[in-house]
Amino acid sequence: MLTVRALNTEYPSQRGPAVKAAQDVTFEVPAGKFFTLLGPSGCGKTTTLRSIAGLERPVSGEIVVNGRVIFSSERKIFVPPNQRNFGMVFQSYAIWPHMTVFANAAFPLEVRKTKLSKSAIREKVMRVLHAVALDQYADREATKLSGGQQQRLALARALVMEPELLLLDEPLSNLDAKLRDRMRFELKRIQRELGLTTIYVTHDQGEALALSHEIAVMNEGRIVQVGPPRTIYEHPRTKFVADFIGTTNFIDGVALGIDSATGRWNVRTPAGDLLVHTDSELKPDMRVTVSIRPEDVELSDEATTSGSSLNLTSGLVDQKVFLGDFVDFQVKIGDFMLLSRAHPSLRTPIGEQIHVRLNPDKCVAIPEESSARAAA
Amino acid sequence: MEAIRPVTEAPDMKDQPAVKADPKWFIMGGVVSIVAWLALIPLGFLIWQSFKTPQTARVPSVWTLKNYIEAYSSSETLVLFSNSVQFAAGTAVLALVIGTGLAWMSERTNTPFKPLFYALSIIPLIIPGILFVVSWIMLASPKIGIINLVLQSLFGTDTVYVDIYSMAGMIWVDGLHYAPIAFLLMTAAFRAMDPSLEESAMMSGASMFQIFRNITLKLAWPAVAASFLILFVRSIESFEVPALLGLPVGIQVFTSSIYDAIHSYPSNIGLAAAYAITLLVITMGGIYMQSRITGQAGKYSTVTGKGFRPRTIDLGRWKYLTAGIFIFYAVLVVILPFIVLLWSSLQKYYSVPSMAALKNVSLTAYKTVIDYPSVGTAVWNSFILSIGSATTVMLLTAIVCWIVLRTKIPGRWLLDNVASVPLVLPGLVMGLAIMVCYLNIGGGIYGTIWIMFIAYVTRFMPYGMRYNTTSMVQLHKELEESAAMSGASWFTVFRRVVLPLLKPGLLAGWIYIVIVSVRELSSSILLYSPGTEVVSIVIWEMWQNGQYVELSAFGVMLIATLFVFVMLAQWIGKRFGVKET
Repeated sequence: MLTVRALNTEYPSQRGPAVKAAQDVTFEVPAGKFFTLLGPSGCGKTTTLRSIAGLERPVSGEIVVNGRVIFSSERKIFVPPNQRNFGMVFQSYAIWPHMTVFANAAFPLEVRKTKLSKSAIREKVMRVLHAVALDQYADREATKLSGGQQQRLALARALVMEPELLLLDEPLSNLDAKLRDRMRFELKRIQRELGLTTIYVTHDQGEALALSHEIAVMNEGRIVQVGPPRTIYEHPRTKFVADFIGTTNFIDGVALGIDSATGRWNVRTPAGDLLVHTDSELKPDMRVTVSIRPEDVELSDEATTSGSSLNLTSGLVDQKVFLGDFVDFQVKIGDFMLLSRAHPSLRTPIGEQIHVRLNPDKCVAIPEESSARAAA
Repeated sequence: MEAIRPVTEAPDMKDQPAVKADPKWFIMGGVVSIVAWLALIPLGFLIWQSFKTPQTARVPSVWTLKNYIEAYSSSETLVLFSNSVQFAAGTAVLALVIGTGLAWMSERTNTPFKPLFYALSIIPLIIPGILFVVSWIMLASPKIGIINLVLQSLFGTDTVYVDIYSMAGMIWVDGLHYAPIAFLLMTAAFRAMDPSLEESAMMSGASMFQIFRNITLKLAWPAVAASFLILFVRSIESFEVPALLGLPVGIQVFTSSIYDAIHSYPSNIGLAAAYAITLLVITMGGIYMQSRITGQAGKYSTVTGKGFRPRTIDLGRWKYLTAGIFIFYAVLVVILPFIVLLWSSLQKYYSVPSMAALKNVSLTAYKTVIDYPSVGTAVWNSFILSIGSATTVMLLTAIVCWIVLRTKIPGRWLLDNVASVPLVLPGLVMGLAIMVCYLNIGGGIYGTIWIMFIAYVTRFMPYGMRYNTTSMVQLHKELEESAAMSGASWFTVFRRVVLPLLKPGLLAGWIYIVIVSVRELSSSILLYSPGTEVVSIVIWEMWQNGQYVELSAFGVMLIATLFVFVMLAQWIGKRFGVKET
């Protein structure tokens, strides 16, 4: 459906060389899927989205939608944004304050080349306003809407043109936390119902995990990892991805060799020798970082006999923080401090010994090189 | 999963040209050419003229440096220069002191009648400069000035207490006239100043005076310096005061010398051009320094973008004093001048107020003015010119601003500067440049109303830029981008999104340009010919003819009309303008 190939963009800067915003960005989105570009600010995600929209002109690369080339540096093709027929929701919503709710939503139909009759426009607009539950506000001034309503109106305006592609640029970032949660469900429902191919840009990993079929994590202009939310979360390919998505423990270590019993790599770390999962090629004596999420660090008062006996160790409770639905423990294993997220029922006092189990499947070993490259 | 068709299968896209001949490029290209023509060509002709000898029927014009030699070798030039600087600096200081004082009272104290401050500071802007000067002549001339006569009868002497025909008088009148501008500039500066900076000084234990000296004044310094330079440039350009108050007693400044050189016989346009270039260099220096200061002001970063309501100082009983100062200012700038004009307009022949004169009150002057041959034409011309140039300027500069702010066309900053070039051109210099330009180009524009239209559009283009830039930077770029994503063409986006959203700024700028167009004298005076007079020219002619009574009647009607117009425009703006979001 959407193919982006080797996209490069840069901005001229006042001094020195041009700033490279997106470098060699390549990805593919199948029809009807929700694809998210995730990364910290300045990582090139918005630039990539705006290049797809046609609001920026990349230096090189190619963008193809449904077999239609909308940008190609090689063949000098650049379809202007107003002829691309993509719906877009902007971060600021960009609701026109001098128009009513209806006029805002009707605008794309009024300005397009194939003219529609007044009644046809009315019908289409009311249908889409109904879909976002704004039909009773049709004649209201757009500025009289609340933040969440404006956001829905912006969505309605993007949907009314029956776009080939829906582009969303951090649409939830201006909402308060409660409303954001609600709109997250709303957005997911509408996208799934309409089956609209959607490109979503956000810096909020929670949103990305909640909404997407696939996520592309970007850093410093490049895509670092593409995959379904669960893979990205559980098996980060680089230190950057592991760190950016969720909280994690990094344990530096050295690869020892493949454990004959389990077929897993064994890594020597300050928290003891660990059996790990890895997606990379490891070699003995290679420096690696083991990433494990706090919720995957299992704690118990007694040395459990049930379950796997792999990666078992013990430490001392150094500090704990009660957060309501869970308790964060800092456990000292030798000199190493490990963060663990546990159920509030665990009440081991500070200073006491505690048993720790690190599920090998959740201990992800990342070689130094790739972490070094990601950080560069 | 949908397979992607190979790129080569995209059939209708193959022969698409890289850049289509979009109509927006024609509009933008046209606008850029117009702006460049208006701002640069007359200036080029002015410089060219300053190196030419006067052309007569027998002797063709030749290249020469004589104009500059004549302008600079004479010992009078030194006097001229020192007069101009003295006058401009004095005016700027007086206006700044009054304006800053009032702005501080209005923004930072609990002086009574504060809401009136703003309204009363706007009203002087609608009084044409020439009427303001004339009314002060009636008030303070040594022979007929009411102030002198009242004081003389009070003390039973014939001493001349105040003489408006002097350097001090010129500074006084022009300073009062520019005080509202200083007030507006300094009000903006005080508003932009975060009061927490002063409050934190207070919490650190500083006294009121220490805060004022070490914090307020230091923070306001860039604004004060920039305002001083703006006022300096405006007053070195001013024509009415030097012409009416300076020329009769031989106090020459640059503007009046330019006027003299053109109106002497035979007229010496080359010499006028040489003076004009000198004046231009001074104003350019002033504007350059001002923009440097304003540019540097960023480091003071007094604007935090947060909305804050400045804390006001409780003056206690002193507030009656500040209220008194304010009322006194209003009397000097608005009430006295208007009453004097009104009085004189009700007389058959000009006479000072007395019981005897009170018996002669009549409306004859108004009737004379209405029947006056050139008044009808002048009013019509002014009406057409002001509406036409205001509309043209606002639409033209809206597109220019859009190009400067929204596109990435290389060299767009140059366009911004070119459109602001007329800012450094004094009205008289602009008139001279345009006169020289169209006299040489021909095309039948000289001597028609069109040449004045061109002059007004050129002269007020920078104001249009100012108003449009201010409102366009507040427009979020995404409002236009979302329209483009909706499938609207550039023209549709501009017409249906940009212009409606700019409406408050457009309207405010339009009103301002209409008013300054009606007041305009210094360019018009070199460009008008019989049949293309405007109202300020008629007032000028009446003054030259000594028709003080008719002049007053005409002035009163003009001020009243402008006042009604402003009120009406404000009301329309409030009623139909875009509501604040």
